[in-house]
Amino acid sequence: MDTWSLLSICVLLGLTTRWAVSLNSYSGAGKPPMFGDYEAQRHWQEITYNLPVHEWYFNTTDNNLNYWGLDYPPLTAYHSLLCGHVASLINPDWVELHTSQGFESSAHKLFMRATVLIADLLMYVPAVVLYCFYLSEGSNRKKVCLVLCILLYPGLILIDYGHFQYNSISLGLALWGVLGLGLGWDMLGSLAFVLAVNYKQMELYHSLPFFCYLLGKCFKQGMAGRGLFLLVKIAVTVLVTFTLCWLPFLTDPGQVLQVLHRLFPVGRGLFEDKVANTWCSLNVLIKIKTILSTDTQLYLSLAATLLAALPSSIKLLTKPTLWQFKLALVNSSLAFFLFSFQVHEKSILLPALPVCLLLGDLPLPAVWFLQASTFSMLPLFLKDGLFVPYAVTSSAFVFYSVYLLSALEHSSEEELRLRPVRRLVCLPRVDLGRIARWTFYLSVAAMAGLSFMSVALAPPARLPDLFPLLVSVFSFLHFLGLLLYFNVVQIAEPPSPRRKNPKKTE
Amino acid sequence: MAASTADSWSWFPALALGVSFLKCLMINSYHSTDFEVHRNWLAITHSLPVSKWYHESTSEWTLDYPPLFAWFEYGLSHVAQHFDKKMLVVQNLGYASPATVLFQRLSVIATDVVFIYAVRECCRSVREEKGSKDLLVRPYFILAALLLWNYGLLIVDHIHFQYNGFLCGILLLSVARHLQGRHLEGAFLFAVLLNLKHIYLYIAPAYGIFLLRSYCFTKDNTDGSVRWSSLSLVRLIALGSIVISVCALSFGPFIAMGQLPQVLSRLFPFKRGLCHAYWAPNIWALYNVVDKALSVLGLRLKLLANLPKASMTGGLVQEFQHSVLPSVSPSATLICTLVSILPAVLSIWRCPRGARGFLRCLVVCALCSFMFGWHVHEKAILMAILPLSVLAVESREDAGIFLMLATTGHYSLFPLLFTATEMPTKVLLILLFTLYSFTSLKKLFRGFLLNTLEVTYLLGLIAVEIICEVVYPLLPWKQTLPFVTLLAKSVYCSLGVSYSFIRLYLSILRPTDKPKEL
Repeated sequence: MDTWSLLSICVLLGLTTRWAVSLNSYSGAGKPPMFGDYEAQRHWQEITYNLPVHEWYFNTTDNNLNYWGLDYPPLTAYHSLLCGHVASLINPDWVELHTSQGFESSAHKLFMRATVLIADLLMYVPAVVLYCFYLSEGSNRKKVCLVLCILLYPGLILIDYGHFQYNSISLGLALWGVLGLGLGWDMLGSLAFVLAVNYKQMELYHSLPFFCYLLGKCFKQGMAGRGLFLLVKIAVTVLVTFTLCWLPFLTDPGQVLQVLHRLFPVGRGLFEDKVANTWCSLNVLIKIKTILSTDTQLYLSLAATLLAALPSSIKLLTKPTLWQFKLALVNSSLAFFLFSFQVHEKSILLPALPVCLLLGDLPLPAVWFLQASTFSMLPLFLKDGLFVPYAVTSSAFVFYSVYLLSALEHSSEEELRLRPVRRLVCLPRVDLGRIARWTFYLSVAAMAGLSFMSVALAPPARLPDLFPLLVSVFSFLHFLGLLLYFNVVQIAEPPSPRRKNPKKTE
Repeated sequence: MAASTADSWSWFPALALGVSFLKCLMINSYHSTDFEVHRNWLAITHSLPVSKWYHESTSEWTLDYPPLFAWFEYGLSHVAQHFDKKMLVVQNLGYASPATVLFQRLSVIATDVVFIYAVRECCRSVREEKGSKDLLVRPYFILAALLLWNYGLLIVDHIHFQYNGFLCGILLLSVARHLQGRHLEGAFLFAVLLNLKHIYLYIAPAYGIFLLRSYCFTKDNTDGSVRWSSLSLVRLIALGSIVISVCALSFGPFIAMGQLPQVLSRLFPFKRGLCHAYWAPNIWALYNVVDKALSVLGLRLKLLANLPKASMTGGLVQEFQHSVLPSVSPSATLICTLVSILPAVLSIWRCPRGARGFLRCLVVCALCSFMFGWHVHEKAILMAILPLSVLAVESREDAGIFLMLATTGHYSLFPLLFTATEMPTKVLLILLFTLYSFTSLKKLFRGFLLNTLEVTYLLGLIAVEIICEVVYPLLPWKQTLPFVTLLAKSVYCSLGVSYSFIRLYLSILRPTDKPKEL
């Protein structure tokens, strides 16, 4: 069959899955007084539509920052404004100041879900298709399979179309950034990435690799001539984009400070709730939150994050290729997730995006990570009543990505790039590929078992948080292990240019 | 797809599993009153003794399927009690707790395993030429995809809510058995099917004539006509005893209790109107429209006096009279249907073309019943589309007819899901199926299968949808003439369905070179 028809079918399948998931409940449904992220998004439409720009981030009588105050950068606010205008055209009650708080109706839900679908269709899906066709290797059939597997990634679907958020916009913009850089259009790529950061400040997790890649590229072109020129062009692009995004707020330094204060709430402590990162897992053994002061916690996490992200960034600086860039995106964002301050479990989507890009090259570790990332958000899904979509989409994703990308057949030691590990560990007769496969099977079985237990069994009375804790520690161990693996793959790569491996093309 | 070769069947579980996952995701979508119908039947069969099953009328949705289906619901009810006991209380009308919805949806998905097995058997029986090695262009792969991912089944079974997958699975399994030459099993399966849903009586003539002509008469004369002396009484008695014993098992208890007339009156409720609330796109839709047009014309030209204001698309089904053209009674539709079936059935008697000729006759009978039947549901088009898929992957001409019939028939199912939330689902799924069926069949038969006129008609479906859903609500007539959109869709689709019907009929009447073997 023609590639374009296969591609259309895969995109339609991806869209159908997304809409089917959106038929389910959303975060905070029917739970006054605070509701959840769905109400937060609706509230931002109300605020941006009714109030003037200089009041959006401030605590006023009309804008109570304690009730879902705006804590994303200006682009989110502009997007909410656009949605608010459309909402008021359909039904003004949806964005009426004050009286629309906690508004819930099936028509409104349809509207909100539709905005997510439209944003996804405009931003994320085209980026995925272009990435698979222009920046990945293999036959056309393999590229189409890759599109399907990336579109089936459950984590993004369940958060955007279930819990309710607009990650597809920020991740889509970041992906456009990768696309730009990969195709050699550095300015456009930088522009897209700056827009992504201005949509959600968590995109800063990806900023180190973008910076090191572009800087490394400038160095390679020689700092005397073209390199310097490139650096200047990129710097100007970044500054201009930032200025344009923040234009309404630049009139008053107090505005800028307040927005920054809302974006980076440093007073809130090392972590909240259960999240699969180092600090929360460490807290099980040592209660660091109580032992250390807030300032010490801040410095500790800053130091740990930078240390963890340093090796991969330096390697990228010295060798700015696309392959290194993708790995550095994974390593940097995963390091930030594991060691940074005030990390939410949804931030796992930030490392998940670059890992999706690795599905074609390292299928088995990528599928493993992506499944673990979805699993780590299980307590959130249970709270939102999304267990059935979670179970179905996870099973479908694992099955189809393993089947279509032949993950288990391409799991030899050579293909998993585990030779450096062999040299390190010095075990002559052990088949590392076999170990990897069996650990994968056991891991998936354990995840399935824990998922089932979380929903079917009640936790013992002494340990009411047992299952979320088990989920988060289990996921943390996976993330740590995979961080080490991806770092080894990136750093152990020889300095000579990577030759195309004929075995990998079909 | 990379590792499996075209000869290993590992792709089949992948297709079946994929559609099952999709079905599981649809659990929370809209369900129609048919959901309550089946819940009521679960309650009736579980809570009441057998003697009351066909007398019970607390709910308006009385048991109107044959006894085997009632026993099927009885079996399901034993599993249902572990999900939510309250759904089995007859008085709980409209009860739809999350556990109830989960159980009912899962029961449809689980019983679809019969359909999946039947599809596998059909795929094994498909003939193919030695062609390309590419899996995606093999006839059995295309057939599996067209059947497993059939849009009509997904919409009707897993959203609207019915058990058609289970029933059509038995039908397809029976067809597969006949294609494989295992006629007694095929006959047994059809007998079971008849006792599960009696609408399949319409295709019983195809079975009857085929089995009589090609199975009971073991030899033909050299010119292809029947050799009366070769009647095998053993085979005839075997067939008869299978059918009778299945019917006895099903109706036996009710005959013993003297309830047969009551059961029959429930099974054949002719009080309902000529057309369902949504007109199925058949002959009577065109007839109704012509009648209405003539009556309006007559009033304008002052040829007719006062006319009764008949509402043909009201929510409840009522009897009504036509204004200008003669009114149609149930017996008139029965006669029309029988008359339309006759030539097809006669042609496989005179010139049997083996199991494939029987399959063609089956599709024609199903379409005849759809075109001329009394109170036809638009869902009945599936009875024709699904078996036609088997023919479509083997012959170029059939593929063209299939594309017309399937696209038009599937579009005519749109009014079943009228909620705004289901709009993206039904549009995405129909695009998926239509795109796949067109591109895969085109690749299989290497060339365009439809002429310009047919393509224009199908593109017109998109125009009809846009006009009905987007343009018409903005017009002032929406308030006074609300049924116009349904009417327009129904009439437009009946043109396509009638066209496919005529083409299919011509293909069965066309004489072939020599009679093929059984």
